[in-house]
Amino acid sequence: MSMSSEETTSRAPDATAPQARPESQGEVVMNLWRGDAEGGEFVEYVMPAQEGEVVLDVIHRVQATAAPDLACRWNCKAGKCGSCSAEINGKPSLMCMTRMDTLPVGEPVTVAPMRAFPIIRDLVTDVSYNYEVAKRIPAFTPRPKTNDEMKVGGYRMAQIDVERSQEMRKCIECFLCQDVCHVIRDHEENKTAYAGPRFFARSAELEMHPLDTIDRREILQQEQGLGKCNITKCCTEVCPEHIKITDNAIIPLKERVVDASYDPIAWLGRKIRRRVKGTVAEAAAAAPAQGPAAVQPPPPAAPAHGIPAPDGFAPVAAQPDSQD
Amino acid sequence: MTTTDLYETHEYDVVIVGAGGAGLRAAIESRAKGLSTAVVTKSLLGKAHTVMAEGGVAAALGNVYEEDNWKTHFRDTMRGGKMLNNWRMAQLHAQESADRVRELEEWGALFDRTKDGLILQRDFGGHRYARLAHIGDRTGLELIRTLQQKAVADGIEVFMETKVLRLVQDTDGVVSGVVAYRRPTGEFVVFKAKSVILATGGVGKSWMYTSNSWEGTGDGHAMALWAGADLIDMECVQFHPTGMVWPLSVRGILVTEGVRGDGGVLRNSEGQRFMFDYIPPMFQAETADSEDEADRWYDDHTAGRRPPELLPRDEVARSINSEVKAGRGSPHGGVFLDIASRRSAEDIRRRLPSMYHQFKELAGVDITAEPMEVGPTCHYIMGGVRVEADTTQTTRAGLFAAGEVAGGMHGSNRLGGNSLSDLIVFGRRAGIGASEYAEGRSGNFTLDEGQITGAIEAALAPFARESGENPYEIHQDLQATMQSLVGIIRTGPELEEALVKIEELEDRATRIAVKGGQQYNPGWNLTTDLPAMLTVSKCTALGALERKESRGGQTRDDYPKPDPEMGKVNFVERISSSEVEIGAGGNPSVRSITVTPEPIPQMPDELRALLEEAV
Ligand SMILES: Cc1cc2nc3c(=O)[nH]c(=O)nc-3n(C[C@H](O)[C@H](O)[C@H](O)COP(=O)(O)OP(=O)(O)OC[C@H]3O[C@@H](n4cnc5c(N)ncnc54)[C@H](O)[C@@H]3O)c2cc1C
Ligand code: SF4
Ligand code: SF4
Ligand code: FES
Repeated sequence: MSMSSEETTSRAPDATAPQARPESQGEVVMNLWRGDAEGGEFVEYVMPAQEGEVVLDVIHRVQATAAPDLACRWNCKAGKCGSCSAEINGKPSLMCMTRMDTLPVGEPVTVAPMRAFPIIRDLVTDVSYNYEVAKRIPAFTPRPKTNDEMKVGGYRMAQIDVERSQEMRKCIECFLCQDVCHVIRDHEENKTAYAGPRFFARSAELEMHPLDTIDRREILQQEQGLGKCNITKCCTEVCPEHIKITDNAIIPLKERVVDASYDPIAWLGRKIRRRVKGTVAEAAAAAPAQGPAAVQPPPPAAPAHGIPAPDGFAPVAAQPDSQD
Repeated sequence: MTTTDLYETHEYDVVIVGAGGAGLRAAIESRAKGLSTAVVTKSLLGKAHTVMAEGGVAAALGNVYEEDNWKTHFRDTMRGGKMLNNWRMAQLHAQESADRVRELEEWGALFDRTKDGLILQRDFGGHRYARLAHIGDRTGLELIRTLQQKAVADGIEVFMETKVLRLVQDTDGVVSGVVAYRRPTGEFVVFKAKSVILATGGVGKSWMYTSNSWEGTGDGHAMALWAGADLIDMECVQFHPTGMVWPLSVRGILVTEGVRGDGGVLRNSEGQRFMFDYIPPMFQAETADSEDEADRWYDDHTAGRRPPELLPRDEVARSINSEVKAGRGSPHGGVFLDIASRRSAEDIRRRLPSMYHQFKELAGVDITAEPMEVGPTCHYIMGGVRVEADTTQTTRAGLFAAGEVAGGMHGSNRLGGNSLSDLIVFGRRAGIGASEYAEGRSGNFTLDEGQITGAIEAALAPFARESGENPYEIHQDLQATMQSLVGIIRTGPELEEALVKIEELEDRATRIAVKGGQQYNPGWNLTTDLPAMLTVSKCTALGALERKESRGGQTRDDYPKPDPEMGKVNFVERISSSEVEIGAGGNPSVRSITVTPEPIPQMPDELRALLEEAV
């Protein structure tokens, strides 16, 4: 029906047919954590280097050849699902979005599981803590539709009013921010009373949602440990979606919690007024002494599951956060 | 919950396999009906393939073009599918998708807005009007997160990283549960249910270059077939025209059609907008014949006809293939997709943020300054489990199917955006259908114990082999076979060669030796995926051999035209009713699959009239 006559007469190879892999360009040395809840060690795998590869590609080649049972979680290999989180040369990163050629040439690449969560096996951790926290966040509860909205069928919201929440909704739930946050990374005991940056972003998203009607401030303060966050911004630094978790979620939430001192009328006033007054983040940015320099994170304790940090790596939580 | 030495058992009214858009939407509905509902998924909640969808969800909301309505959406869907669609599914889909999209908003989804504050819609191939509700280019993420958060709020139980191996029937042959294993521990688990919904997604991982995630191994298609259900039109596989081609490691990753909907154009190595040379007669009346006319259309659809870059996907993919073959391709074997010269850098970053990052981070290309290199990638299967349109019931009692795993809705070619809408329309209908079935059934039935222990023993067998085949190598060989012999352009002899190779691969798959333990073992997991991949590959190759014509996602070099007679039939695949051979994983062998042409359901005259309306 739509074939050109040329296609019907001569058959040349299909443009999508497999092509040969490119020539290998030297070798890469991978130090991969192998082990389970009982313990383990870094094991070295040497693979031929190939152009344009990401860390996950090399791990797949290790699985297909040297270690078929090497556990590693991934789904999309396109930075969209947030499954393949790990610590690459000590930095919490997505394995599928870390190109090999961005890592120091000629040095071994170290890949360890996320440190803040219990190990299942090899590079796979038990992230169920995050799913438990999600269950405790009061659900989205929209206001009723107006008469006009009933008529047109859908809600009316201006683009400018949805953008703040849309930023938070870019989150792919990779939990790298949770992993890096020292409040739980170094203090297992905090997990029962701390939601973590991912879920502060979730609450901020609901708080800023033009339709939502619930006041979550007391829960944030009393049950989710918002006060424990000392704005180190490490979470923002590792977020692969470039969500400004600290500036655009946590600081505005802190501001609201303190500022309105649980006065429901004032809170409602803010919810309604913020559209006219500009965004809460703008207000927060103008506020003094909230900057990261004002707070120093405590020194990190020993890793939760005993995996030694690779040589020369300063744990992320202790890094000064200059860029933002 | 009860436990034996071999497995634990959980009981629910409705069990849903799959936590993508279709599975979660089904679960929400069945829970709302007051039935106990569990979702079983082989990855973590929120990671299903649906999360990758980019461009949007199609629904005739009429927010951008008031003229739009379900009738036009129905017409576009049927024409895009080259009339092979199940008309009733296409009708229900067109009628209900707008309500389903608005419902997402009531559950918290935040779509991009029009100036009037309503849901914004964008242009996509084959849709007459701007019809795709979207959030930048991450619509699937918004859809899955909204449904996930709603499901959590509704208290639906989700069994994560639990891979279903086989459907289980009761002693009367009614599908009454599934047998699965938990990836983190390697332990087996049985779910007993009054009805089961399959929402397992697609099959792309049998090809080498695909936009699909690792989950796309056709488990649901294969399990339905093994349990005696019919599959239809498995030869209809969509190759999306624009996948990344470079670097090789990311070859196949999708470049959303939204790039073209938002003004991006395709050029060959000579800088020519070649799509003007490939406008098929069926679409000539509605497609621009000059660049000027096409460019006027973007701002005002009444000022010119639509650009040929927005023809249905099968047309665009074949055209790219022809340009590359004619030696006018890009350096790495694709063509150029150029939006840099057509839209401002700021617009591109705002409207296509994840494309911007994807190219920047994976290919080192700045799409606001340079063109992208793109080529066809295996994307979607139109064929699937044969279902009854209104209830999604399969041909097997107790079994329902929705989403990509179900066949019929999209005919031989799916329009962009029509999958996400399919998920929410038929996910909901599956929830209703399966609930009603469950309510009509007493809880007093007994699972066929032999099926359970059979599946578990077969899954464990590869551990007992000291040495044997490597599952990764079999997978790679299957991908190479499907890519080169059952790809975008097919021929009879090559398909026959593929069928032989698939049988050889199945033999090898029965000899796999798995190393390591049962706990989170990817080699073992792949071993359990392979029987399904081999089964669906066989179905695709077999259907492609029998459908001696070119139509949508089935292009035969030796039968380059559509054949009106073939357009009246579905190719139905099922396990032969005579002696069944056993193949890999203890499942029916690919050698036992048969294919039969059967007439497609006849459309009522009033709907047929819609199709003939002037453009
Ligand atoms: C990159 C990309 C972009 C796309 N963009 C769009 C778009 O813009 N618009 C559009 O309409 N469509 C788009 N599509 C198509 C669309 O995303 C898919 O067709 C759709 O998401 C499929 O949804 P589903 O619910 O049927 O299954 P999936 O989302 O694929 O989910 C399948 C579920 O089944 C589970 N599962 C599978 N097998 C088993 C098993 N054996 N045991 C347990 N669980 C199992 C999986 O874990 C998963 O939870 C796109 C597809 C891709 C690849
Ligand atoms: S700013 Fe620092 S302390 Fe606060 S959530 Fe982020 S990482 Fe944790
Ligand atoms: S906020 Fe960013 S880092 Fe945290 S889970 Fe979401 S995407 Fe990951
Ligand atoms: S595999 Fe999906 S984000 Fe890496």
